[in-house]
Amino acid sequence: MQNAIEIHGLLKTYGETHAVAGVDLEVQSGEVFALLGPNGAGKTTTIEILEGYRDRDGGTVSVLGEDPAKAGLSWRNKIGIVLQSNNDAAEITVEEILNFFSDYYVNPRNVDEVINAVGLEEKRKSRGRELSGGQRRRLDVALGILGNPELLFLDEPTTGFDPEARRAFWDLIRGLRADGTTILLTTHYLDEAEALADRVGVINNGRIVEVATPATLGGRDNAKVIVRWSEGGNMKEERTDSPTELLRSLSARLAGEIPELTVSRPTLEDIYISMIEGEA
Amino acid sequence: MSTFKIGVSRGNLEIRQFLRQRESVVFTLLFPVLLLLIFGSVFKDTIAPGVTFSQYFVAGMIASGLLNTGFQQLAIMIPLERDDGTLKRLRGTPMPPSSYFIGKILAVLASMVVQIILLLLVGALIFGVHLPTDIGHWITFAWVTLLGITGSTLLGIAFSSVPRSGRGASAMVTPIVLVLQFTSGVFFIFNQLPSWMQNVASIFPLKWLTQGMRSVFLPESFASQEVAKSWEHGRVALMLSIWIVVGLVLALKTFRWERSR
Repeated sequence: MQNAIEIHGLLKTYGETHAVAGVDLEVQSGEVFALLGPNGAGKTTTIEILEGYRDRDGGTVSVLGEDPAKAGLSWRNKIGIVLQSNNDAAEITVEEILNFFSDYYVNPRNVDEVINAVGLEEKRKSRGRELSGGQRRRLDVALGILGNPELLFLDEPTTGFDPEARRAFWDLIRGLRADGTTILLTTHYLDEAEALADRVGVINNGRIVEVATPATLGGRDNAKVIVRWSEGGNMKEERTDSPTELLRSLSARLAGEIPELTVSRPTLEDIYISMIEGEA
Repeated sequence: MSTFKIGVSRGNLEIRQFLRQRESVVFTLLFPVLLLLIFGSVFKDTIAPGVTFSQYFVAGMIASGLLNTGFQQLAIMIPLERDDGTLKRLRGTPMPPSSYFIGKILAVLASMVVQIILLLLVGALIFGVHLPTDIGHWITFAWVTLLGITGSTLLGIAFSSVPRSGRGASAMVTPIVLVLQFTSGVFFIFNQLPSWMQNVASIFPLKWLTQGMRSVFLPESFASQEVAKSWEHGRVALMLSIWIVVGLVLALKTFRWERSR
């Protein structure tokens, strides 16, 4: 399958700082790809180059087969963008701005459907300034998907969401993926990346550290299992490749139920933190 | 949809937003009328045979209304839209950039028409300002207005790149407009200003706009009171056209969709 995004040797410098220092990345058509990294790692710069907002200083970039620095309005018709923060549309209502913006697209989605999809039915008559942070974010997402994009950019989309809204948002993204939309997502929530992404890429100091599935990133699938239990009034911990065998021997030794037992594998967050700290 | 149709849709949106911001309605539309009411009530003198100060002032306020609704409105609004992300969001859609400007122009024209009607109504009904009755004066009114609002709009778009932030825009733009109003023959009678001030004001478009509007609303006899002893229609057209070209070149060269980083 053709790649929705192809980046080779991408460079961007601001004065002396190399914000992006040679990024190579491929995002396949139809996948959800999460770009992870600390603030200042180059995530937003990379994404804004892909969105055509910023020029690059080196490397080649292809987004839906075109160079975003030169692509025209027909290319913009195929992409959807959710930027990091906005305070616009203070005096226009949710349904007004969606109706007006659907004039700009060749094949827009139905406005009522979009409002339902992001869960703003009860706020459709509210003006921008009357929305809470999470509701504004949902309006941003609504405007991002309004044009029926082939490729959707989401820059920290769920910041300010309560847990319930986040779950609803995840369902929305899964629905878009099922319809064949390619999604490039940045997020600080590792559980979000794990829940949504087919693949994740970790970026740090302007470079890609690793690209893998959430289950295999940083050798997570081969990492030792952590077993914790209580014995003789003390908490014990052991890292092992064969947890079942360890549990059997513990069970025999402690004659039955093992007190305060937990068996865990490293979370995506554990792996991510160790990768970022190892880099810095 | 065509670029023009999207532009009309933008204009609709712009006008809606304008009407919902009480500050913009009061400041842009009602403030000039309020000024007319105050100045017209305080200065009741006749400044030349058959010419009251109110009549002189209405001509000046219509001229400066073109500056308010074009230059001032856009030079303040566009930096605010750059700050709050309106422009960046639009840039990320397939909306043609020209449609954005068509929308702005429609909003400027709408507020200009309302403002001119308000000023003429108040001038005629309260201060007995005579409106021209022959077609010739209205033709002059039409071309002066057209050149004036075109230049004013383009200069507003050009100047929108100067303020570093949306909040600073108003503090930067309002004094410029006020100084021009004081030196270009809106609040004071132009021929009574010191000649160095007249010379400086003659560089800027508002002086020529007020002169053009006086030729519409004041009797022919007042032409001899002008500094050049004539309405100078040729020079009015020339100076306003030069400012249109300056505004167009600067607007095309400097317009930015995002805050400077």
